[in-house]
Amino acid sequence: MDLSSINPILFFASLMVAATPILLAAIGELVVERAGVLNLGVEGMMITGAVTGFIVAVATGSPWLGFAGAALGGALLSQVFGFLTQYLLSNQVATGLALTLFGLGLSALMGQGYIGIKAPSFPDIHVPILGDIPVIGPIVFQHDPMVYIGLLIALAVWFFLFRSRAGLVLRAVGENHDAAHALGYNVRRTRMLAIAFGGACAGLGGAYLSLVRVPQWTEGMTAGAGWIALAIVVFASWRPGRLVLGAYLFGGVTVLQLNLQAAGVAIPVEYLSMSPYLATIAVLVIMSAGRSPGSLGRIFHAAR
Amino acid sequence: MIVLEKREAPSRLWAWGSPVMAVLLTMVLGGLLFAALGQNSITVIRTIFLDPLFSEFAWFYRPQILIKGAPLVLIAIGLSFGFRAGVWNIGAEGQYIVGAICGAGVALALYPMDARWLIFPSMVLAGALGGWAWAMIPGLLRVRFGTNEILVSLMLVYVAEQLLAAMALGAMRNPEGMGFPGSRNLSQYPSAANLELISGSGMHWGVVAALITVIFAYVTLSRHVFGFHVRLAGQAPRAAKFAGVNPARMVLICMGLSGALAGAAGLFEVAGPAGQISIDFNVGYGFTAIIVAFLGRLHPIGIMAAGALMALTYIGGGIAQSSLGLPAAAINLLQGMLLFNLLAVDVFTTYRIRMLRKEVS
Repeated sequence: MDLSSINPILFFASLMVAATPILLAAIGELVVERAGVLNLGVEGMMITGAVTGFIVAVATGSPWLGFAGAALGGALLSQVFGFLTQYLLSNQVATGLALTLFGLGLSALMGQGYIGIKAPSFPDIHVPILGDIPVIGPIVFQHDPMVYIGLLIALAVWFFLFRSRAGLVLRAVGENHDAAHALGYNVRRTRMLAIAFGGACAGLGGAYLSLVRVPQWTEGMTAGAGWIALAIVVFASWRPGRLVLGAYLFGGVTVLQLNLQAAGVAIPVEYLSMSPYLATIAVLVIMSAGRSPGSLGRIFHAAR
Repeated sequence: MIVLEKREAPSRLWAWGSPVMAVLLTMVLGGLLFAALGQNSITVIRTIFLDPLFSEFAWFYRPQILIKGAPLVLIAIGLSFGFRAGVWNIGAEGQYIVGAICGAGVALALYPMDARWLIFPSMVLAGALGGWAWAMIPGLLRVRFGTNEILVSLMLVYVAEQLLAAMALGAMRNPEGMGFPGSRNLSQYPSAANLELISGSGMHWGVVAALITVIFAYVTLSRHVFGFHVRLAGQAPRAAKFAGVNPARMVLICMGLSGALAGAAGLFEVAGPAGQISIDFNVGYGFTAIIVAFLGRLHPIGIMAAGALMALTYIGGGIAQSSLGLPAAAINLLQGMLLFNLLAVDVFTTYRIRMLRKEVS
């Protein structure tokens, strides 16, 4: 074993990349849950985004269009969930699970002809001046654009939720849908929009896996990333700032175990591969004190 | 304007009619999907739903319904108790894997001892205990720390899959297997094999266990006070508390029961149809069982019927794969679609549709 083979600059740089898909999926789910909807289908939307993004990127040669297609694909799929839970008043836990099972099947079917193909490359950007700072530059300022877009989305979500009127309405809908309804706010529409946003973000997260991090399409490639995103929302107590922290913490665990595998630690690879999931459980145990939005997971039916 | 109006009591007709509607709707939507894939819809639907039962080779496929249905029913019955009480064990796949590892571990440790009366029962026990212990992790964490059992049980599926790989490549690898991954073949070790009881029928000990579980669950739910408490805890948690139902105990019992049944199902599979601990001996029964539980209305008899139907789609899907070149993923998609349709049609169980004319209020 040779721990000195782990380069700290590379370690922190790849941490940011490893955290980005989880960050994207989790920030979308945070908005959905703030609106009082529990969508357990993140994994299904993420993998559908991964495959649609990959197909569009291969067909057009443009990763940017790929990401746009992934966001659209995720959002479209999420509307199935939205229609069932908001208009047909189905159980959100069961419908979310159905969305995951459906998405896994759908993506495998769509991606059949795309196994083994390489995605068009998505070059890193070198932020001028900042990118030249020693140590900090290579860690923070020499990544692909999606790393920064993810952080910007998190910032925008924070601003929207806590500094805008529409965000206040969304939180009101999530805290107490009957009161929000009585005040004249459209609970269903707010929730459908939130669900679409969640789907688009999950799609982006999935496409980040298939277009940047791997970058290839394989069946079931999200390997639980969507579920980990759900856990990070709980860890973050439904706050965007802590969500970014949680995603980076998780990225750290992932990269560390990969580095340990490469350094040839005397622990079998399989046990190291368990660590992100075990870390997620540990985080859930420590952070389960947060208060969830008041109407989370409850069915809204406007009785007349 | 169309509005939904809550029924005074859930409609019994729709409660049992909606699974049937959902299956028919899935056939129609699935047919459209297969047509989009360039297949003849009617042929595909017939191949999946009818050929395993009525074709020329049905004698070969019919026993498969028992073999594939038994694990689904075993797991789904366990899940149904929890789902009724609001305890969401989503990680049955993990408990299934750990049950198989523990049960197979007993057999491999005692190999090549010749004592079936001792070895096989202890394997079943170890399998159930293994599944139970794996399910106790999310159960205890929820009771003690209020941790979300959905996420923890699901994370443990991925941990179990890694554990399975570690076992197949390491501790349990067949010493006479010339370095290939995977354990000794248990179905060739007479003291441990879960063989067919009647040759050619598909009936093995797992099928027997599934049938006993169905009867047991039926009696418990309809005749025993525990079954009443399970239903009460799900429908009226506050009333359940006043009736003296301890929520923590309910979580632990429901998690433990579903874990033990999933673990046993894993053992029956690994000692029989699968034969050995290998990297990918699990095929997702733990997740499909969720669909089976809902499709069967969380009712033991319904689950038995739903399990048979789902087994049918696995077998028919296999036939369609080899004879029509239908991709394997299409079957998973069809199963997911079935659950969607069920949830959608179910709205009519608790609500009725009313047409309203626009009025000035």
